[in-house]
Amino acid sequence: MINAVGRELPEKIGNYIVKPYAGPKETIQAEHTVCSRRKPSKRTALGTKLLPDLKAAIKATGLADGMTISFHHSFREGDQIIVQVLSAIKELGIRGLRFAPSAVVNIKNPSIVDFVKDGTINRIQASGIRGELGDAVVDGLELAEPVILRPHGARPHAIETGDLSIDVAFIGASAADEFGNCTGQIGQNACGSLGYSFVDAICAENVVVITDNLVDYPCVPISISQMYVDYVVKVEQIGDSAKIGAGAARKTKNPRDLLIAQRAADVMAASRLFKDGYSFQTGAGAISIACTDFLAEHTEKAGIQASYALGGMTANIVEMHKKGLVRALLCSQSFDAVAARAIVDNPNIIEIDNSMYANMFNKSCALNKLNFGVLGALEIDVDFNINILTGSNGEMMSGLGGGPDVADGADISIVTLPIVRGRIPSVVNKVFTCCTPGSSVAVVVTEAGIALNPKHKSYDMLKEDPKKAGIKTVSIEDLLKIAYSLTGVPKPIETTDKITCIVEYRDGTVIDVIRQIKRD
Amino acid sequence: MQTAKLKRTSLYVSGASPVNMIQAAFYNEDCLVYDLEDSVPNSEKDAARLIVYNTVRYHRPAGKYVIIRVNGIYSEYIDEDLEAAVRANPDAIRIPKVEYKEEVTRICQRITDIETAAGMEVGKIEVWCNIESYLGLINAYDIATADPRVVALALGAEDFTASMKSHRTKEGLEIFYARNALLTACRHAGVEAIDAVFSDINDVEGLKEDTALTRNLGFDGKTCVHPRQIDIVNSFFTPSQKEIKYALRVLQAVEEGKKQKKGAVTLDGSMIDKPMELRAGTTLAQAEAAGINVEEELL
Amino acid sequence: MEIKQTAMVGTLESSDIQISISPNPGKGLDIQLQSVVKAQFGDSIVATIKEVLESFGIKDAIVEAVDRGALEWIIRARTQAVCCYATGTKFDWKGEDK
Repeated sequence: MINAVGRELPEKIGNYIVKPYAGPKETIQAEHTVCSRRKPSKRTALGTKLLPDLKAAIKATGLADGMTISFHHSFREGDQIIVQVLSAIKELGIRGLRFAPSAVVNIKNPSIVDFVKDGTINRIQASGIRGELGDAVVDGLELAEPVILRPHGARPHAIETGDLSIDVAFIGASAADEFGNCTGQIGQNACGSLGYSFVDAICAENVVVITDNLVDYPCVPISISQMYVDYVVKVEQIGDSAKIGAGAARKTKNPRDLLIAQRAADVMAASRLFKDGYSFQTGAGAISIACTDFLAEHTEKAGIQASYALGGMTANIVEMHKKGLVRALLCSQSFDAVAARAIVDNPNIIEIDNSMYANMFNKSCALNKLNFGVLGALEIDVDFNINILTGSNGEMMSGLGGGPDVADGADISIVTLPIVRGRIPSVVNKVFTCCTPGSSVAVVVTEAGIALNPKHKSYDMLKEDPKKAGIKTVSIEDLLKIAYSLTGVPKPIETTDKITCIVEYRDGTVIDVIRQIKRD
Repeated sequence: MQTAKLKRTSLYVSGASPVNMIQAAFYNEDCLVYDLEDSVPNSEKDAARLIVYNTVRYHRPAGKYVIIRVNGIYSEYIDEDLEAAVRANPDAIRIPKVEYKEEVTRICQRITDIETAAGMEVGKIEVWCNIESYLGLINAYDIATADPRVVALALGAEDFTASMKSHRTKEGLEIFYARNALLTACRHAGVEAIDAVFSDINDVEGLKEDTALTRNLGFDGKTCVHPRQIDIVNSFFTPSQKEIKYALRVLQAVEEGKKQKKGAVTLDGSMIDKPMELRAGTTLAQAEAAGINVEEELL
Repeated sequence: MEIKQTAMVGTLESSDIQISISPNPGKGLDIQLQSVVKAQFGDSIVATIKEVLESFGIKDAIVEAVDRGALEWIIRARTQAVCCYATGTKFDWKGEDK
């Protein structure tokens, strides 16, 4: 069958029944009751939740072959919890697990691929599997089921419908007390918001908090409450603090990226929605960070204040807040050390549940009130469909993140990307992997021109506002022509019939699949 | 309506850097200068010449006034540079360190010879002369009028101040005379005047002050050392509403005069000469480049 | 034309290609390509290099190219330069006159 973005899909992939993406929905009628496997318990009656080591905790949870385990990815590349937990599980001889972190971070020695090869893990679900694991998967790594990739907003939904039912959630925290109250905001290895873990804590059957910083009761602040936590383990080290976030991210000096960032900010400032109380999400890529700075300049010049910034926070968004240019930061993730530590000291910087951020099946999510969302992408095609996963050789370059959610939720979603990267065109005829439907993308900003999507819901105001501000636009076909005139037309990537990844959209339908790459 | 080719900003890009050459096409500079001289090490001259040649001849960026800066008139590279640069067919060839009109005559003759040999239209390629020494400045008018190909003189402040034994400062008083002298020569010769670079790429306020002076003195444009300078410099060449209205009236009067086959055309009691007409065209082109809808201004 | 000496041009920077060429008497053209875009543009890159070698009349050579995503005409220019160096000749500018 063919879904609404023209992708060829089978009806079933193993036991997975494919619900094809059917196009944008005005309202979502959720019919399920929220599933949680949480049980009332008398842990405190046992005296303590604090167990001597990871193995003791794993045994106490009753983890067995074939079960599902989860993690958050807030420690990013500095994470040392996943490797310690998986090693302990392997030593206990437990096999065939379903590994369901919010995203897979690229850990090495041993890598996730090693745990797949030795049989500890045989299924994977996450928002992204960038790095060694991703490359191995698209090259046909042996798994019991294809990897399911979900954007941030879809994961809480999958957990709450029971599609992703978690037996044991392992939650790393930079500070915790013996009853399991914990946070990522303080301590040597602070990572900031634990927003991805809230749904795991609420819905998993067993919750294990892991820290290297056991503090006196009660831990302050409390991000995840003791009432959800079964066990607490203190380990030597939960992460490499240098890699978790070594201060503010470096600001780009690349004139091309600065030009794209400036133009994206100009498009926002030209909009009629850019007025006192506007809201935005910019993100953490080089272009996004620069865009935040230009947006701050515009905001200051206009003498207005944004009501809120959403999603992943960076040092320069915190700076905007301190200057009074944005009233509140709703923080589901902290991208650097400045942002990670800013929550404690600033009452208007709020740690929020990832589900509140992006889950469209909630009673409401913050994204759906957003005015401007700035997104990065690897490729965009003439239908404005976006690929944020796979590179020009089919390799796994990145994760879905919240991109598909932001594009859909924001009034004006702006994709920023260079027209070519080396000889790789970024504007193409048809993206290799469709992650975000073109109908949700309002504007594309490249150094070679700005294109508006005539099929976007906001097109009526989009075609007027930039024009009034003297911003010139071109068609997406013009951008395609420019890209191909530089690079030539690339040879299509050849694949086998084997499906390695299923790409879900924020509504839980299948927007695309990734087939195994054919290599010489 | 007549529009002029703008020369507000000229961005140098090294022929030794493919990545910068490709990117340079996408910034907002009016003139893109592919450089074979200072930015290219001697060991890379041949390779850079081939890259610039292939780029300009076969993959010329759209919507830019394309210039190739060749090596010095007395360097060992100039012969091959001209063979390549002329055949690449840019809008202009920019010659560094010009001091005498005879140098211009000689180079222009060579350009003609190569155009003829290659079966190209003769005389189409324009020439910019960089004035980078006191001798060049003294002879500026002669240089500007040495050959019809010469359309612009550009001040090179670093080498000029070295030849003068003066010290380069941010405020630029040491080049104040040179700027005025060059402008005077250009205006009298009827060619365009391009101001020197502002070299501190991190000093935005300094660039703004310097460019305000560039514009107020009367220069037609400025050379940029970094892409981030371009939008700032361009913004200083955005004409006011009053200037746009006047330019429109000048061109309307000229149109009207042509229809009535009048020899001399007057506006508000004074005669419109050719430079006035050209200037009006430039004003409108600047307005359009700044995103101003010129037709609306008429209403 | 004959390869007189081993020669190398270009850099390993993004959007560039480094090409070295050395003699291979009587054994034809041996072109080895490493490229970040090999899957999509490998054939096209080799074709460009071959075309330039042929225009120089080079029949025997070992060519090693390390491509960092150079565009077609950059590859062409780099190959022309390395051929000039290796054969000890100047580029024939008149060759492309109409």
